[in-house]
Amino acid sequence: MVMHALDRKLLRDFARLWAQALAIAVVLACGVAALLTSFGMYQALGDSRDAYYERNRFADLWAPARRAPLSLLPTIAAIPGIRTAEARIEGMVTLDLPGREETAVGQILSLPASGEPLLNLPLLRAGRLPEPEAVTEVAVNAAFAAANGYRPGDRFFANLNGTRRELTISGTVLSPEFIYTLGPGAMMPDNEGFAVIWMPERAAAAAFDMEGAFNSLTVALYAGASPAEVIDRIDTLLDRYGGTGAHGRDRQMSDSFVSSEMNQLWTMTIVLPPIFFGVAAFLVNMVLGRIVALERSEIGLLKALGYSNAAIAGHYLMLAGLTAIVGIFIGWGVGAWLAHGMAGLYARFFDFPYLIFQGSWAVYVVSGLVGLGAAAFGALRVALAAARLPPAVAMQPPAPPRFRRGFSDRLMAGLHLSQPAMMILRSITRWPLRAAASALGLSMAVAVLAAASFFNDAMDKMMDVTFGQANRQDAVLIFTQNLPESALDELRALPGAMQVEGQLTEAAILRNGHLEKHVGIEARRPDADLSRIIGAAGGVVTVPPGGIVLTARLAAQLRLAIGDEVEVAFLSGRRETVHLPLMATTEQYIGLGAYMDFETLNRMRRQAPQISLANLTLDDARKAAFHRALNDMPALAGTAMLTDMRRSFQDTIRQNISITTTVYITIAVLIAVGVTYNGARIQLSERARELASLRILGFSRAEVSFILVGETMVLALLAQPPGWLAGLGIAWAFTQGVDSDLYQIPFVIAPSTFARASLIVLLTALASALVVRRRIDRLDLVAVMKTRE
Amino acid sequence: MTTPVFRTSGLTKVYDTGKVTVHALAGVDLNLYEGELTVLLGPSGSGKSTLLNILGGLDTATSGHVWFRDQELTGLGDRALTAYRRDHVGFVFQFYNLVASLTARENVQLVTDVSKNPMSPAEALEMVGLAPRLDHFPAELSGGEQQRVAIARAIAKRPDVLLCDEPTGALDSQTGVQVLEALKLVNDELGTATVVITHNVAIRKMAHRVIRFQDGRLLSTEVNDRRIAPSEIEW
Repeated sequence: MVMHALDRKLLRDFARLWAQALAIAVVLACGVAALLTSFGMYQALGDSRDAYYERNRFADLWAPARRAPLSLLPTIAAIPGIRTAEARIEGMVTLDLPGREETAVGQILSLPASGEPLLNLPLLRAGRLPEPEAVTEVAVNAAFAAANGYRPGDRFFANLNGTRRELTISGTVLSPEFIYTLGPGAMMPDNEGFAVIWMPERAAAAAFDMEGAFNSLTVALYAGASPAEVIDRIDTLLDRYGGTGAHGRDRQMSDSFVSSEMNQLWTMTIVLPPIFFGVAAFLVNMVLGRIVALERSEIGLLKALGYSNAAIAGHYLMLAGLTAIVGIFIGWGVGAWLAHGMAGLYARFFDFPYLIFQGSWAVYVVSGLVGLGAAAFGALRVALAAARLPPAVAMQPPAPPRFRRGFSDRLMAGLHLSQPAMMILRSITRWPLRAAASALGLSMAVAVLAAASFFNDAMDKMMDVTFGQANRQDAVLIFTQNLPESALDELRALPGAMQVEGQLTEAAILRNGHLEKHVGIEARRPDADLSRIIGAAGGVVTVPPGGIVLTARLAAQLRLAIGDEVEVAFLSGRRETVHLPLMATTEQYIGLGAYMDFETLNRMRRQAPQISLANLTLDDARKAAFHRALNDMPALAGTAMLTDMRRSFQDTIRQNISITTTVYITIAVLIAVGVTYNGARIQLSERARELASLRILGFSRAEVSFILVGETMVLALLAQPPGWLAGLGIAWAFTQGVDSDLYQIPFVIAPSTFARASLIVLLTALASALVVRRRIDRLDLVAVMKTRE
Repeated sequence: MTTPVFRTSGLTKVYDTGKVTVHALAGVDLNLYEGELTVLLGPSGSGKSTLLNILGGLDTATSGHVWFRDQELTGLGDRALTAYRRDHVGFVFQFYNLVASLTARENVQLVTDVSKNPMSPAEALEMVGLAPRLDHFPAELSGGEQQRVAIARAIAKRPDVLLCDEPTGALDSQTGVQVLEALKLVNDELGTATVVITHNVAIRKMAHRVIRFQDGRLLSTEVNDRRIAPSEIEW
């Protein structure tokens, strides 16, 4: 088939404009890649989670209790709306792993005598599940096995209720309950030091003294059943057996983290791609507008030859379409690569048996269509204007742009500006919309940079408050049940223990009207120095006796102001309900904190002072002895080594931030290049005659270049303040998007962040303008003057 | 040669720029005939180009009527005018209006792509003596050659009328003669009714009919008894 001449013109024009087209295509590619990555991963994560939950029968409700008789189970199962109810035994144990100095912690889950559980079905990765009658066989989570190099048949020791027992790994498994695995007191997954252990029911019952009883209930509901009603009925039934309140998936740790990650991806999907698509559409509009202006007479000719309006509009739309197609392919390539990298990152934090990226073709199609749409949106007005040009008019040269004397001219005259400076300012005021759109495009580059670096500032703040000011201990020991405060004396006697402080944590429901929240209320002695509460304005907050202090986020969720009364219903012991005034709020980024005075809380519970965990500082030299001693401590549910946690938290965050910062700097530079390069090329094209005339009149190259580079830089400078504002806006949107009960990102940006963003964009703009400036040197003065505009 | 190809009656075109009203055509009645080569003479602003644009369907009249054969052009919509231009009219402009990114052959192909019974681009270019320059881009051709490409492009569709607006305006005498010879050849060989606008009074001698314009009105019409060849024209 012979190619049509018009199509040939299209391809040749496209080839001639390759640099400008590429600059636009790359910005568009950023949008396509961002959409593909964030939306693609959002879908992949969602699809994988849903499939996993479905196939492995992830429970809808969980209800912990102290000790409930198994005979209660049929009554629970008969509650309307419940499809399956399963009882199990859960417990925390300390582990002694061969070759590991620090104490490890395990969470034991019982497997029913029939073998496989009905709900939260573990997925076997290696070996087999333990024999129901076996006493020492267990299955462990695959991540723990991998981190420690364990295979089926390997052994380790566990301190089961005071008895040291050797356990043999029969198999390794994954579980929908542990996609994200967090040990007690931990802030990051620690697969080496935390294990999930599946043990036959009989062995678990013997170890935790639970024959004929259970302490953990999992429930699957019928579709359409009301979780709130079922929770109420379960709570009523378990109340007398030490039930601390049933909850849904929203308070299931692993699911919360997966959902929080999905929220982040969704926020990225909503915030980032529109910026790129918007800038790309503007660039298409600007460049195509100039091409149509240059090709007026060709358009007139095509019309004289009998080409229809549709053919002409289509011709220019196709030019934008070709650019978009190049951008879409680049975007797909980069996006697929980023998604691959992100999937790798997820594999490090999330234990999915598979990550379904199968919806991908749909995501490719959607991102491609949105990319085409953005280009078409930018091109449409220009293409229609080209089609509407009357042929007789099109073949006349365009009237010279109308400059008028206005307010700005009087201002410029007052300033005694040079003629070149005047030319720069007149050009900006003559095309105010185009100048504003260029500045807006550049401000988006500033905004993206500021918003990306914001994470750095936010994490610094988060690290400083969480680890520098609030949690200064080396280790946290968490007990299986509350101990008298006097137990601290025994801890002080541990080898290597230097400072030892106790803390009481009581599970409770806080209520204000119909609003309620499950929390752990923490209480420490007022002189506690290792774990402290930091106020919103900085500084340590001491909880006044007789009141409660909440994190600002929790207070906001419960719609409480300082001085308001909040109802506190304790979930253990005598289950008292008290009313306390809100005395102060604090800034806290991890978890939802609630705090009371130590003496007050113990008095309220009508108990001698008790502690549920201890904070310690350690002598580094005696760490090994310290951990050995912990292995023999019966009441220990978990240990958190803050020093290690601090380091691993910092490493992970630094690594992630350096990756994202690199990506964002690249993106911002691409936007800045796209806008300034195209802007300068168009200026050069519009002003070639003017600039050549100036050269003929005796202006030097530098003076002529000043006009070209000057306009670009004036626009770049104008772009800074709106860029900072937009950066603040994006950062704010991100903090709102990722805000969850698990953590919050502080909304802080250092002034240096803005300065750096501005510097990068200004330098990029200057470099792009200078690249175009080189064309002034090559300007053929005579030829330019002869060409007919 | 008595069948009119164009007929106008009371043809008027008014340009209204807000402050000034310009009567580019002020009631023109004229006939142009099949197979004839007509030269339109007149000073700038006399209405020649406006008439040509309206005859060619590039512009519309403010009032009055134009017929192309039996079809009335006045009152046709944009779509119908586009079809009329595509099927019946060939244009040649003063500044050639070639597409810079297309070769001579491809510039002609622009027309043959959208017409019903075109000659091949090579055939059209051969008629204007450009067979050896088929694959040159406009920038590689002289002004006269470019204008001959434009003529080839105009005739390739075998148009019923060929409308030329100052086809030699930008050329020196030697290349101007080459272009006029190409136009005469087309008129002789294909019998295409040809209208040529020019400032150059000498060119009138090659026409069948000469029409003079002034201030938007028809001043005179004369028929040449003896036509001379372009090469005999004294520039």
